[in-house]
Amino acid sequence: MLAKRIIPCLDVDDGRVKKGVNFVNLTDVGDPVEIAAEYQKQGADELVFLDISATNQKRQTTINMVEKVSRQVFMPLTIGGGIKSIADMDRLLKAGADKIAINSAAVSNPKLISQGAQKFGNQCIVVAIDVKKIADKFIVYVNGGQKKTDLDAITWAKKVVELGAGELLVTSMDKDGTKDGFDIELYQALNRVVDVPIIASGGAGEVKDFSQVFLEADVDGALAASVFHFGELTIEDVKKFVKSKGVVVR
Amino acid sequence: MFAIVDYDTGNTQNLKKALDYLQIENRLTADPTTILQAEAVILPGVGAFKPAMQALEDRNLVSVLKQVKEKQIPMLGICLGMQLLFESSEEYGFTKGLGFIKGQVKAIPKRQLKIPQMGWNQNQTFIKTSFPIDQRYTYFVHSYYADCSLENIVAGVDYGQLIPSLVQNGKVIGMQFHPEKSGQVGLDLLKNFQRMVNEDDFSRN
Repeated sequence: MLAKRIIPCLDVDDGRVKKGVNFVNLTDVGDPVEIAAEYQKQGADELVFLDISATNQKRQTTINMVEKVSRQVFMPLTIGGGIKSIADMDRLLKAGADKIAINSAAVSNPKLISQGAQKFGNQCIVVAIDVKKIADKFIVYVNGGQKKTDLDAITWAKKVVELGAGELLVTSMDKDGTKDGFDIELYQALNRVVDVPIIASGGAGEVKDFSQVFLEADVDGALAASVFHFGELTIEDVKKFVKSKGVVVR
Repeated sequence: MFAIVDYDTGNTQNLKKALDYLQIENRLTADPTTILQAEAVILPGVGAFKPAMQALEDRNLVSVLKQVKEKQIPMLGICLGMQLLFESSEEYGFTKGLGFIKGQVKAIPKRQLKIPQMGWNQNQTFIKTSFPIDQRYTYFVHSYYADCSLENIVAGVDYGQLIPSLVQNGKVIGMQFHPEKSGQVGLDLLKNFQRMVNEDDFSRN
């Protein structure tokens, strides 16, 4: 039986981790290699790097960062943020990424999903979806959550899987930053219509939030950023607790 | 020197990085002489069975790998590279494999499970082995599995049914998971393979 995955997410800009990470034993709080190695030690099942760089030059630094991280850290690495073409994907995969997450580019150019899946395999293509609930409907947002689309998130999820997405990384914008738990209803709705792994994101605050999203929405992984970065929770804390609730973790 | 067979199938760089990290001398190569002089040969692979066999044939590597087997050079197939060690696969129609281990590669039955199996699964050993794998989790990404005899299954995982994860026939070893993506457990398994090669110890007792 597959273990449920606990996934820390790191924002990177110009090859450096942003939004500070507060581990006491780090000598350089922005060094992605050191932070990734620490998460590997804590028992993270995968790492997601979200590139928030604004320029192409800085993006090149991110590619170098992936190359460096993959020399020292031996677990699955997903890279997202600003990826617009097959060539972008190719560069990141060659540098050592295992999966590529696309978000806004998938909405503006859905063919990118099928082309990526054909070239690199479905398992490499993660479609990230940012969702906000408006009048009882889950609506897709793009451009880092700034721009509303007219896409229904559940319909969109079904479509991207048909196009070849091998995994969905779904962030509830309503829950993001609130620390009051994952959006159970959203993931239940998604799990009814797709048969690829779903990673829940947005709302993690306490250990019970993780067990709840695994037990009630049966997602495959749960992603969090700040609770891990600031040491409010460790991966070990989360795993110990969800295990005690009967969730299979590594 | 360990030769990593270079036949343009998916990303072999991460495997090379893991060997570099472990300070196992290695070379990514398609050169027959280099491969035949290596202490051990690693056959990686990501993607589909048929194009991978075709890519090996295009580079005349099928006969080279057969010589590797005949010369008793230890061989480690990883993921699709493990599947190629078997007699045949049903992926996109019947395709003949290298035939170094008896068995067929088949699609994982869908049942209620998500395909591919993607993530960490817990291994259980079936025969005595020096590989530190029993009860450990390793990272899998695959839609097909090797249907083979129990005598070749060193360890397996449960994914709706028994999925062989570590197989062995003499000096031919296969890992269905990605040791280069399985954290310390994966590194320890690669290190154990190196020890087996160095000590020429492929016994299972």
